[in-house]
Amino acid sequence: MCQMCGCSLPGTEHVVHGTSSHPHQSGHEHLEVLSHLLAVNDEAAAHNRSHLDMHGVLAINFMSSPGAGKTSLLEATIRRLRSQYRISVVEGDLATENDAQRIRAQGVPAIQITTGNACHLDASMLHGALHDIALADVDLLFIENVGNLVCPASFDLGQHRDVVLLSVPEGDDKPEKYPVMFRAADLVLITKAELLEHIPEFDLQRARGSLQKIASAVPVLELSARRETGMDAWIDWLHAQKLANDSRIAAREPVIHQHAHAIGAAAEVRAGAD
Amino acid sequence: MHELSVCQNLVMQVERIARERNARVSSITIKIGPLSGVEAALVEQAYPLAVAGTCLSAARLIIDSLPVRVHCGVCQKDSVAAPNRMLCAHCGDWRTELLSGDELLLSSVELSRDPIAEVALQ
Repeated sequence: MCQMCGCSLPGTEHVVHGTSSHPHQSGHEHLEVLSHLLAVNDEAAAHNRSHLDMHGVLAINFMSSPGAGKTSLLEATIRRLRSQYRISVVEGDLATENDAQRIRAQGVPAIQITTGNACHLDASMLHGALHDIALADVDLLFIENVGNLVCPASFDLGQHRDVVLLSVPEGDDKPEKYPVMFRAADLVLITKAELLEHIPEFDLQRARGSLQKIASAVPVLELSARRETGMDAWIDWLHAQKLANDSRIAAREPVIHQHAHAIGAAAEVRAGAD
Repeated sequence: MHELSVCQNLVMQVERIARERNARVSSITIKIGPLSGVEAALVEQAYPLAVAGTCLSAARLIIDSLPVRVHCGVCQKDSVAAPNRMLCAHCGDWRTELLSGDELLLSSVELSRDPIAEVALQ
């Protein structure tokens, strides 16, 4: 008798790691799967990552509540980095092209994904956008997720790093209110730091303490995109991630890709940016 | 509310299994931890919408909710914690490692062979 489940099959050889199957005589079968619930999304995300790796692109996913300053941060970051890196941006919003237009005004291509009523980007949405980007001409891909501190944390897009913004007016206890989102962060940026002097309720120490309550040892930086203060440490972090990602890609076998991807609309988008 | 997307992903995955094995699905068991970002109660609400009109419409969903458990890097003990207070229950230190609680897993499916379909295949 099987020791694992008590079914009548001899031994436990039919219980293999990951997937096991117990065919029972009645025509019923208990199948152990143990895969991620979002395996379908994860497959698309892995596919995106292999595209990005093939072209040596570092993809960074920006997440925050609406209005925390993601687009302003991107504008200030692009101004600092556009002479050193070829940058492209994917913008996620429920509606409008407003954010993509702001990015294009900085002279870099931007693809707007409008999700309709969907509260997050998923890997297949990003995949659609990647088809419109000439990845061979990109060093850094910034993905501005839909403003939302809940849903985007659950969906892998194929990005290499997650940056979570916490703006001063939101309050210093956001990490413990949204533990899943803040635990997903590789870096937490406290934005709108110019407002610290006007909002004494926001205490930087308490914000760090709030991250400790969710056992997060993530680095935290404060900056003001509007005044462009505190930007140096953020830019240094980006340089370091780019280097680390480049070495990771160089140390591995090249990603073998199954199919060719069209980059049809890319030229048009770039022309729009000029 | 992304639980509907989560359920739709689940449906795609289980439909694939059912097709591969040429079987009907009678139940689906999933494991959810509080740090998965997915709310079990909302999954229960979204599930009937996601399976409507699919081959899983008769499949029962069983949700296994898991606790947050941490291992303390300082005193080396394990304890149960709250998702927004993941401190060690023994020494109170914050430098803990997550042992469980962020699961979002398709654990198992119960399949039943359809005798009529089997005959048709032969």
